[in-house]
Amino acid sequence: MLKIGLAAFGACLPMSIPAGAQTASDATAETSMTGVPGDPDTGRKILADRKLGNCLACHTVSDMSEHPFQGDVGPTLDGVANRWAPEQLRAILVDAKMMFGDQTIMPGFYTLKVGVDVAEPFQGERILTAQQVEDVVAYLTTLTKDPN
Amino acid sequence: MNNAKTGLAATLALAVGLAAVGPAHSDPVDDTLVIDGELEMVTRVKAPEGHPFDEVISGWHYRTDETRALEADTFQNPGMLYTQRGEEVWNTVEGEAGKSCASCHEDASASMKGVGAHYPKWNAAAGKPFNLELQINDCRVSNMQAEPYKFDDPDQKALVTFVKHQSLGMPMQIDLSEGEMQQWWERGKERYYLRMGQLNLACATCHENYNGNYIRADHLSQGNVNGFPTYRLKQANMVSLHNRFRGCIRDTRAEQPKAFSDDLMALEVYVTWRGTGLSIETPAVRQ
Repeated sequence: MLKIGLAAFGACLPMSIPAGAQTASDATAETSMTGVPGDPDTGRKILADRKLGNCLACHTVSDMSEHPFQGDVGPTLDGVANRWAPEQLRAILVDAKMMFGDQTIMPGFYTLKVGVDVAEPFQGERILTAQQVEDVVAYLTTLTKDPN
Repeated sequence: MNNAKTGLAATLALAVGLAAVGPAHSDPVDDTLVIDGELEMVTRVKAPEGHPFDEVISGWHYRTDETRALEADTFQNPGMLYTQRGEEVWNTVEGEAGKSCASCHEDASASMKGVGAHYPKWNAAAGKPFNLELQINDCRVSNMQAEPYKFDDPDQKALVTFVKHQSLGMPMQIDLSEGEMQQWWERGKERYYLRMGQLNLACATCHENYNGNYIRADHLSQGNVNGFPTYRLKQANMVSLHNRFRGCIRDTRAEQPKAFSDDLMALEVYVTWRGTGLSIETPAVRQ
């Protein structure tokens, strides 16, 4: 298993997992990227926020049923904590393409390896901050109830 | 009996679960589009050779019962107001030459029948494909000595809707053998598979790989263009094809190409080909 000490890179440096250096599912991001523990309540809000994680665009979460119209492009996040360890969840969030391959629809939330012609306000920017990634990881680790 | 009960309980549990979290993957609705109970539309057709799908499916099948019903009834279809406005524009004299569209083309129901089903077309003088908007603007400048429409001028949308509507029910089919259409098709295909923006999405990511799934409340379709300009309930307005291209691209957090730019004209050529054989539905009604 490739272990990536993200804390060493700091929150302001691009992620640098060498492409093709491991099978996708081996990718992990072991350490908190900020040294500050994630806050699950904040993470829950980031999941729903259409300008931040907007995770519900593609995933369902029973725990968030107050938000209607959850998408089904990706798998449900119910029980996600039973399927992935926190360091794997962190790696998926940082750059899902490292975990699932280049063809995945899932954006990388903490990477600058993005598509062409990025619009001006987003150039050089990641979708989430390192702390927001930690907050989302913290919330996801609470989702231990498997889907029905 | 026990099994049946268990099955029912499971079904109910599933239904409750779905109600709680929203829609789940669902296939396009099995239904037939008949306009005013008279004109049966081709909304599913065998894909042309070289197409990634076996079957090409109109976006109509991906919409709700209510939205599909709106399109099937001319009196209910909000897009028909724009068709009527387009007819007024058709008959209005503009420009130094003192002409309207009708001055030369006369009765659109005869002269424009089938025309909109075959655009974009190669334009040798311009050395690029023309869609209806570009053709109309060319006609306005050259023949009417009028100003070209600005992109998405309400009269442009109304007139394009009216002209396209004259091909209602006719199969969409463009000619790739003319001029350099094949090269523009290739360029459009590259564009279709190009990952864009901070969200790193291509057209194909959603419309080829995930049609039938939901992004929030939006049931992803194959992204066919046979209904454009289309009445979009979300915007309560007629929406042109290039407006929709730009909206989709904006949502990937990429810079939006200009309407009728070479990039978007190439994309129009390619996606029009992808819908080959579908009936023109203009004005379609979508979410």
